[in-house]
Amino acid sequence: MNIHEYQAKEVLKSYGVKIQEGIVADTPEGALEAAKKLNAETGTSWYVLKAQIHAGGRGKGKVKETDSNGVVLAKSLEDVPEKAKNILGGTLVTIQTGPEGKKVNKILVAQDVYYPGNSEPKEYYLSILLDRATGSNVIMASTEGGVDIEHVAETTPEKIIKEWIDPRIGLQGFQARKVAFKLGLEGNAHKEMVKFITALYRAYDATDSSQFEINPVLKTSDDQILAVDAKVNLDDSALYRQKNLADLRDLEEEDPLEVEAGKSGLNYVKLDGNVGCMVNGAGLAMATMDMIKLVGGEPANFLDVGGGANAQTVEAGFRIILQDPNVKAILINVFGGIVRCDRIANGVVEAYKSIGDINVPIIVRLQGTNAEEGAKIIDESGLKVQSAITLKEAAEKVQAVLAQG
Amino acid sequence: MSVLVNKNSKVIVQGFTGSEGSFHAQQMIEYGTNVVGGVTPGKGGSTHLDQPVFNSVEEAVESTGADTSIIFVPPAFAADAIMEAADAGIKVIIAITEGIPVKDMMKAKPYIKEKGATLIGPNCPGVITPGEAKVGIMPGFVFKKGRVGIVSKSGTLTYEAADQVAKAGMGVSTAIGIGGDPIIGTSTKDAVQLLMNDPETDAIVMIGEIGGNYEADAARWIRENGNQKPVVGFIAGQTAPPGRRMGHAGAIVGGADDTAEAKMRIMRENGIHVAESPAEIGAVMAKALGVEVQ
Repeated sequence: MNIHEYQAKEVLKSYGVKIQEGIVADTPEGALEAAKKLNAETGTSWYVLKAQIHAGGRGKGKVKETDSNGVVLAKSLEDVPEKAKNILGGTLVTIQTGPEGKKVNKILVAQDVYYPGNSEPKEYYLSILLDRATGSNVIMASTEGGVDIEHVAETTPEKIIKEWIDPRIGLQGFQARKVAFKLGLEGNAHKEMVKFITALYRAYDATDSSQFEINPVLKTSDDQILAVDAKVNLDDSALYRQKNLADLRDLEEEDPLEVEAGKSGLNYVKLDGNVGCMVNGAGLAMATMDMIKLVGGEPANFLDVGGGANAQTVEAGFRIILQDPNVKAILINVFGGIVRCDRIANGVVEAYKSIGDINVPIIVRLQGTNAEEGAKIIDESGLKVQSAITLKEAAEKVQAVLAQG
Repeated sequence: MSVLVNKNSKVIVQGFTGSEGSFHAQQMIEYGTNVVGGVTPGKGGSTHLDQPVFNSVEEAVESTGADTSIIFVPPAFAADAIMEAADAGIKVIIAITEGIPVKDMMKAKPYIKEKGATLIGPNCPGVITPGEAKVGIMPGFVFKKGRVGIVSKSGTLTYEAADQVAKAGMGVSTAIGIGGDPIIGTSTKDAVQLLMNDPETDAIVMIGEIGGNYEADAARWIRENGNQKPVVGFIAGQTAPPGRRMGHAGAIVGGADDTAEAKMRIMRENGIHVAESPAEIGAVMAKALGVEVQ
């Protein structure tokens, strides 16, 4: 699960990580109030307005309606409401949102932390994430902060520092010191960075996160180390014991069909294609999508109905898929193991009838226990549904339907 | 021979009296698996499905000599159950449970390694050696006895592969469902290695999906070890968009190397017969083994 920058920063702060302070607002007036409050609390006289959406590239991204960037600087209190107005309620398009963009409902009004002083401010990169190859967490750091880290990794891999954490003992002091030294820091800035890394790892561990990305981490002109941005990704499997964090979920950031599917216990991911599919098991569901592509279609979705495919789950699946106007055909692919195919076939017929008229061709492939009986029930139902038993047969029928379309 | 489980395996069920545990224990017993008891803390001393229930794995091992355990414990307690099994001396631990927090598995994995146990899963369908033992939730009848080993991250896709192998006139030696989580006990490479060393296995089906580097590691290992047996590979998720989790917690494209395309390329480069379509797994295997498809 992803959370917004302003939420992530609050979480980090609660574990002692120093952050660029800010206050979230959802109206231009609210933004002005936030700026005034921030001025009183931090003394800042410039304000950074940051669109809060679950996607990166906001600074360079553009709001469709106003052409404003997703992150702008207001150099006076008077500037704040106008600049906030150009972002709030608009549709922000960044390299990560796709051309349709994302609606901005909130902005974070943040303090200016790039003020002049004894030394130059400098940006760094820090992340903590799960390294699947070693089954442990790894800290990644770089002196190349504020830029696209994947580009750094590709062009200058030597500039990426990696430190693996033993899961049973956690981050050790020498590891934090080593990373800070490798970043070229000394004196007070080094000490502050060690504190920053230590607190960040504590937060990561305590929140059951699977990824933290702080880009940039800023060394200010007076040698403080702050998180200027924060991307936090939580382990979905651990949300049951992270109630406070689970509450931070923003449903408006998610596809409404995916939210609806989730309520019916279905695992659904919306895609852009023309053939809907409903499958039992995640691996078979992905394989079915791939097969649709191989016969000339494009999958409209990923949908795993889980182990017990029955009339209720199939009906819920139909209702979700049919809301997608791009769907020109539906393939149901169920490998009936412990659940018998004849029962699943009856479930499909029941679900179809309960919905009424379905105007797209449906192919139902049932394999496993009582596959022939299942096919017979489908064929004799009198509905506009074709049966298949082998995967190959199902693929050919999808191909035929697409050719007619 | 065969690998991991066979007719001599003495199996206990952790989470024995729960609904999932009961249902699948019954199915395993009907299949002929030697289920010698189960564990449900607090219900020790009672009997369930005509088998003794114990309070701890230690007690179960002492009194039954169990060497294999299958785990149906809810996610919040599953890592603990895995470690308990390893501590009690269980050699093969098969964790079916889906949704165990990553942090829990991260700690459990090195612990059980130290204890010398092999963990299969979590979030897997289990292991079956047809005609001998089914320690999992798969439909047993799909797996005809034969000489093709299967390694897979996915449940129903494993059944699909086994079914196609059977329809093409072959059968399965042992099928290992390794699981779809980001941290699993036995990697694709580990499982392939077991089957490469098994005299009852002539060829291997290796089914992977997007995310992680297990399939690439296995492919390189296969080549380094001289491609001793034909391997047919399939990767699910060629059409999955990057950055989206596709059902399994581990099925997410994170970079350029864990896409289906990259994995298929690496498999081809290492002498693996790649099935482009999931409908072709059986046919590609038949071709690799020179078997006439019936």
